[in-house]
Amino acid sequence: MRDVAIIGVKNSKFGEMWDRSFRDIVVEAGVGAIEDSGVSGDRLDGMYVGNMSGGQFVEQEHIGALIADYSGLSLDLHVPSTRVEAACASGGLAFRQAVMAVASGHEDIVMAAGVEKMTDVSSTAASAALAAAADREWEGIMGATFPGLYAMIARMHMHEYGTTSEQMAEVAVKNHKNGSMNPIAQYKSPITVDSVLNSIMVADPLHIFDCSPITDGASAVVLAPAEIAHEYTDTPIYIKATAQASDTIALHDRRDITTLDASVAAGRRAFEMAKMTTKDIDLVEVHDCFTIAEICAIEDLGFAKKGEGGKMTEEGETAIGGKIAVNTSGGLKACGHPVGATGIKQVVEVTQQLRGEAGGRQVDGAEVGMTHNVGGSGATAVVHILARER
Amino acid sequence: MSVARFWRKQINRYNLVGTHCKTCDTYYYPPRNVCPKCRRDGEIESHKFSGPGEIVTYTVIHTAAEGFEHQAPYVLGIIQLDEGPRFTSQVVCNPEDAHIGMRVKPVFRKLGESGDKGMIYYGTKYVPA
Ligand SMILES: [Zn+2]
Repeated sequence: MRDVAIIGVKNSKFGEMWDRSFRDIVVEAGVGAIEDSGVSGDRLDGMYVGNMSGGQFVEQEHIGALIADYSGLSLDLHVPSTRVEAACASGGLAFRQAVMAVASGHEDIVMAAGVEKMTDVSSTAASAALAAAADREWEGIMGATFPGLYAMIARMHMHEYGTTSEQMAEVAVKNHKNGSMNPIAQYKSPITVDSVLNSIMVADPLHIFDCSPITDGASAVVLAPAEIAHEYTDTPIYIKATAQASDTIALHDRRDITTLDASVAAGRRAFEMAKMTTKDIDLVEVHDCFTIAEICAIEDLGFAKKGEGGKMTEEGETAIGGKIAVNTSGGLKACGHPVGATGIKQVVEVTQQLRGEAGGRQVDGAEVGMTHNVGGSGATAVVHILARER
Repeated sequence: MSVARFWRKQINRYNLVGTHCKTCDTYYYPPRNVCPKCRRDGEIESHKFSGPGEIVTYTVIHTAAEGFEHQAPYVLGIIQLDEGPRFTSQVVCNPEDAHIGMRVKPVFRKLGESGDKGMIYYGTKYVPA
């Protein structure tokens, strides 16, 4: 297997973009990543596009071909383009497919992109589309919603470990603060613990400010074999590990409701592959679709002892400058969560941090970063480790 | 959900019929065709569950799923049957009364109706035991 490097990155703006279409935003990110990399489009050997639910959100399937076409890569060039779907982990998984294509030697210059246009339908229709990532026949039919499933995780976490609503709110407060320094974030105004606790209850104990919003957005990265990366950029970022794991689709079948075993397994595999431990990681972008999800993620990946994720957050150890910087981008909570794009956006954030280009949210001396992208209530987890040094 | 898709699992939903793996003696509800532990070595038989169980965890849903708007707020829980398996069901009770470890028993109830076809579908919900 060959070493692989990131040579270009770009996010579209994240938010409610009434004036822009699905193809507009993904082409913006894709063209931006190509420009950032300095390669010419005709060098591209392949594209992998993460998209959860184009069929339901914009009534468009055949996303891979659409994006190749509107990026000007179909006519004459006929660049192969593959859509990858794993619910909210679609982006992370598209990145993994692209890494494996380059690592295998089958393709050289490859784009990984992720996109979702969620605000063209009503929020009810968007929620129904998202609910399809859970078990439609045995969870959805009983009236389960995504906030509802994570609320059951939160309730159990509170019961088992004494985690509090205030500690969960601290996740949102931190991520909004980080997001206020991220130009692409959907929400740039800081919030307080009180405003989270006083926001309307969606699924007890989760308030609306405990939930990531419905968002339009796209992100893209360009990959190359490590041995030629310096031809394109002075700051290639190397992929030290790519790992993926599966768990039961339904929350009720889990070994432990408060532990996402797919995250545990993917994290362990990534650390083994990179020959690293949590101590080597300077920052991590985790899947905070709900505030409780970030608490579970830092526990499942080994940054916090089981049950102490809430306490660690409350004590500021996950803030920029703390023990481990978690979700410097603002996370899904403040950036917004365009489901297919999120996993790629995490890679863009870590790349910018490792290049030293993160502005006000820069983690001093960041050398190694991790991304963690979850599909559904934990049936898929994708983890990557990126580093400045090969 | 389409009529056919619901109808295929009607016996399971109406009567709490799941499966039992004779090889490793594990019970499954919802039913499975392949035992996750034994895989192809598992010998699967049909099993009708006795009914009672307890709440493992729960939530009170205020922002309802599509088609459940008129039921909100409603209690959704993960129920553990006395034979072992866990599944997701609504608990029909005062939301303030719901708690982890609460003993519950099954009742036959309307689950909902599909908008375009107008089909009413029924199944099992839970009430305090
Ligand atoms: Zn078995």
